[in-house]
Amino acid sequence: MTPAWNHKDLCALGEHTPGELLTILDTATAFKGVGERNLKKVPALRGKTLVNFFVEPSTRTRISFELAALRLSADVVNIAASASSLEKGETLLDTARNLEALRADLIVIRHKSAGSARFLADRLQASVINAGDGAHEHPTQGLLDAFTIREKLGRIEGIRVAIVGDILFSRVARSNIHLLTKLGAEVTLVGPPTLVPESFSSLGVSVAHSIDEVIGRVDVVNLLRIQHERQRKEYFPGTGEYTARFGLTKKRADRLPAECLIMHPGPMNRGVEIDSDVADSGRSVILDQVTNGLAVRMAVLYLCSGGAPFARIETNQ
Amino acid sequence: MSEALHIKGGRVIDPASGSDTVRDLFVENGVITDSKPAKATVIDAAGKVVSPGLIDIHVHFREPGQSHKETIASGSRCAAFGGFTTVVCMPNTSPVADSPATIAWIQERAASNSIVNVYCTGAITRGIAGEEMAPIGALAAAGVVALTDDGRCVQNHGVMLRAVEYAKQFGLPIMDHCQEATLSSDGVMNDGEWSTRLGLPGWPALAEDLIVARNILLAEQTGHPIHCQHISSARSVRLLREARRRGVSITAEACPHHICLTDGDLKTFDTNFKMNPPLRTQADIDEIIAGIADGTITILASDHAPHAPYEKEVEFDKAPFGILGLETELPVFLEILFHRRKARTLPEILAMLTVNPAKLLGLDRGTLAVGAVADITILDPDHAWTYDKEDSPSLSRNTPFHGMALRGRALNTIVGGKIVWDLENGFRN
Repeated sequence: MTPAWNHKDLCALGEHTPGELLTILDTATAFKGVGERNLKKVPALRGKTLVNFFVEPSTRTRISFELAALRLSADVVNIAASASSLEKGETLLDTARNLEALRADLIVIRHKSAGSARFLADRLQASVINAGDGAHEHPTQGLLDAFTIREKLGRIEGIRVAIVGDILFSRVARSNIHLLTKLGAEVTLVGPPTLVPESFSSLGVSVAHSIDEVIGRVDVVNLLRIQHERQRKEYFPGTGEYTARFGLTKKRADRLPAECLIMHPGPMNRGVEIDSDVADSGRSVILDQVTNGLAVRMAVLYLCSGGAPFARIETNQ
Repeated sequence: MSEALHIKGGRVIDPASGSDTVRDLFVENGVITDSKPAKATVIDAAGKVVSPGLIDIHVHFREPGQSHKETIASGSRCAAFGGFTTVVCMPNTSPVADSPATIAWIQERAASNSIVNVYCTGAITRGIAGEEMAPIGALAAAGVVALTDDGRCVQNHGVMLRAVEYAKQFGLPIMDHCQEATLSSDGVMNDGEWSTRLGLPGWPALAEDLIVARNILLAEQTGHPIHCQHISSARSVRLLREARRRGVSITAEACPHHICLTDGDLKTFDTNFKMNPPLRTQADIDEIIAGIADGTITILASDHAPHAPYEKEVEFDKAPFGILGLETELPVFLEILFHRRKARTLPEILAMLTVNPAKLLGLDRGTLAVGAVADITILDPDHAWTYDKEDSPSLSRNTPFHGMALRGRALNTIVGGKIVWDLENGFRN
């Protein structure tokens, strides 16, 4: 019996029960089949309008949400911050209320302020889907990472996952931490103490400051981008020292267990957090993550629109 | 007009003289007298506590310049509603209270619009910009009772040292908002488990501790009193405790929210829990209460900081810091310090709201001695009620205490012998 999904919004994985999160993953499994067909479209959201409201730049996530919505037969509008009234001094809430007044059914928001998705979700009738709020969460990225792990390794419980890099400023890390710990994985965060402060251990994860101590005993290594736009020079001396201490070099990749998955949420900095050949190697599932992101986002849009959870989707329209 | 009053049968607590007895209190011509006036309005205070009028040395009444948040008139009504007869306003208005002209404007405004006593602080530096010394002598002559750059903290230690030395010749105490800016940076909440969870930039306790330590050294160096405002961190309390044992002229205040709420209360990103310094942890609360209990912290204040609803109704990191405080101040202090934690006796708590702040700033208030100005608060420490922000006289509604069940409340607020508010009838004008 698949647990129900009774939420109009998806703002943070930390807000949801393991059962609800599995519901999304199971529904995504069903939707993945749609993307493999010649006719990649189902009518689940026909007549619904989705607004992609990206106040921070994004390519991959925005296109993924757009394609997910199109495959569900929704109408899609994209707006970017630079083209919105936020530039003219309108508040986020007023802009969002205007979108709602235009009868948007779903608003996908990316914004630099932590909590901004929840802020809108509490004030709007429309469904609000968080596509990244500051350093808080990026729920669909967390879901697609977990989906990929489950697809490749068959389970999540008991899987040892190392998340390496700029954890402090990473919403991807936080969504991964919440989801993976709720589903029983063992998570270790790896990076310099300035980017992986001890306070993370209160989230039920281990903290390590040496990748070499961790690398021999993991099932998944998820490499986060060193975020140049946020990186401040006082956090670590530079990318050269970072790569030397924490980069997944070929030498380190050779020490990974044979079945270990190499993941990256993108965009990658080849040669910094990950060696270029390692990124393209057989153990890398980086492009599978992107493909799975579509299925996960279809599931999220579908469930938040009131769709009934299911494990298999009808393949004939 | 001031009326003659006969406050009958109350438990009269006057921390200034150490007296605590059930007796009658008489008021005539705006002062406390020792004989019963010929014709007096009788207030039955049987079973109630009669205290010197409460004093709050840390409020923001937003005038001049931000009267959409609060005015001296509306702020003074919050004070009276909460049992406060005297408030001390912070200088971070627009323009900043860094000139005698602005001080005079506030004083005139208060004389015509306020229903409680309003005292002014002046800025330490021009424009509270932390660079050039404000005209401290002229501010002293204009009647400010202390100097502070509250809301900002003077970062330049040389500027701060010279301001303290300069203020000493006028006997003006310095009050400091303790926040080292390179450490607090763009932080909007306590740096710790909850900032980690919420992904919000952290403002670490260390940033307060560093400036508390700086101020201890400056007070010791200059021999001039420095008062550390709204202490939020456990280590700051420990630093202050050690310094006060050595006899350093350093004092500190605590605010209701810092002994009642924690950073975990931010989990819904509610901006009504956002203030500066931020809510910290239970360990910090425990140490602040220990500091109140052992005399490290001697003054209680609200940091009443109104902001209009539309200003608070934004993304968390964009919202201004600050919450309402005057109406819930006494009840929250009584609920936490007296009822729940039993940290202090009632006379001791009232001392921290009357004679202690009066002494720090040299105010001729905070006592029920014969001949003193008749500022009186009648209160019931056991009065059980639930705070509703819609009942607030403030122009703003930014409180984290809405719906909170509290014990303790002011019943009558008497300023200069005149009843300005009482629970039964509300405001008198």
